Amino acid sequence: MCLAVPGKVVDIEERDGTRMATVDFGGVVKEVCLEYVPDLAVGEYAIVHVGFALQRLDEESARQTLALFEELGLLQEEFGDPWEAAAAEAGTVPGPAVKDEAQEAQR
Amino acid sequence: MKYIDEFQDPELARRLLDDIHATATRPWALMEVCGGQTHTIIRHGIDQLLPDTVELIHGPGCPVCVTPLEVIDKALEIAARPDVIFCSFGDMLRVPGTDRDLFRVRSEGGDVRVVYSPLDALKIARQNPDREVVFFGIGFETTAPPNAMTVYQARKHRIPNFSLLVSHVRVPPAIEAIMTSPSCRVQAFLAAGHVCSVMGMDEYPALAERFRVPIVVTGFEPLDLLEGIRRTVRQLERGEHTVDNAYPRAVRAGGNPAARAMLDDVFEVTDRAWRGIGTIPDSGWRLSARYRDFDAEHRFSVENIATREPAACRSGEVLQGQIKPHQCEAFGTTCTPRTPLGATMVSSEGACAAYYLYRRLGVTPTKLEASPVA
Ligand code: SF4
Repeated sequence: MCLAVPGKVVDIEERDGTRMATVDFGGVVKEVCLEYVPDLAVGEYAIVHVGFALQRLDEESARQTLALFEELGLLQEEFGDPWEAAAAEAGTVPGPAVKDEAQEAQR
Repeated sequence: MKYIDEFQDPELARRLLDDIHATATRPWALMEVCGGQTHTIIRHGIDQLLPDTVELIHGPGCPVCVTPLEVIDKALEIAARPDVIFCSFGDMLRVPGTDRDLFRVRSEGGDVRVVYSPLDALKIARQNPDREVVFFGIGFETTAPPNAMTVYQARKHRIPNFSLLVSHVRVPPAIEAIMTSPSCRVQAFLAAGHVCSVMGMDEYPALAERFRVPIVVTGFEPLDLLEGIRRTVRQLERGEHTVDNAYPRAVRAGGNPAARAMLDDVFEVTDRAWRGIGTIPDSGWRLSARYRDFDAEHRFSVENIATREPAACRSGEVLQGQIKPHQCEAFGTTCTPRTPLGATMVSSEGACAAYYLYRRLGVTPTKLEASPVA
């Protein structure tokens, strides 16, 4: 029950003096109270927990986070372990055997 | 689904893992506070994809698990009354009380109903003016604002037959209790993202400073957890201990001001017992004086109840990260999700249930071979 999940606002209306929205969770649709994020607009996403929107999901932050992850990979390729990089390209895993051989070769 | 699929991407997960492997040089013990995070970690095998030196200790952040036995027994007593409709989230049904659970009360004739939202319980109260409708208000800072709003509306719209059985808990005092415990091994915290969506991060710098621990606000998808771990390990390796936000798409520094204002109005801070752990000062909320009329404990005079935990259950140690679930002798033998001895085997966020679901068969992904997000 602790789980809060992202959902997309598809409709908004006032009901009994309470701001409510219809929210789509990838196909499952629920009624959600917007009193805590009253300026949420149709088409935006929010973190929803037990029928309440608790926080708007920020598109720009999400994009930046993912871009950071992408960049990590690039740095890894620049400075990373060449065995792992080669193995990743070949679609295999640099198991201990590969590393042992490499060490053997160095001796 | 947007904001879920992108944060499960296996290729990006591998990059994050590579970076963690490249960064970690010494043994570190991190605690993920929230049971939802424990669930993601065990389900995707994230703990097994990390370097051997990085250990994840599962924290007490499962609201179902820490609700004290005494409160469960109060719920059972209220729910069994013929004049009551007792409404609860579904995962409280099988939580064992001293001698039964809500599921059993229902089979014995109690009117127990599962609702998705506390507002549904308020609706039931409106529709049944001749019955008492009680909502079981448990949970952390994430669940407290919805419950607060519901009581606020009950008062505003004068719905006298609605009340709340309250057992809310707060994360920061639990962090303090963990860090001051003599057996504490925790060196850093992944803070629960959605708690911070509501509360913001103001409460954490003082804790990070006092205990010299990094506290990294972390989300719930596999990539969110890996990023939280990555940033934490980075701080540990550098000898830093600051509060960092690895979940900015859902967490603003000030949290949600409207929700915080509502919490201040409806609730007041109180000492709270945590199941299996004991009383932690200032670790909970109860209804404030203005809302006392809506407190089910007062309304049904269930204040005095004696309780007894099954001796075999070690959930207190599990909740404090002192043992892992499979180290309990009852795990998977006398204790299973069908016959739970402790609450940690019931809730999907409970560590025992997560291990039972995903670890029992001994399927362990090998490092870097298996995608953490299969
Ligand atoms: S496995 Fe069962 S008995 Fe053991 S600690 Fe977990 S809930 Fe308690």
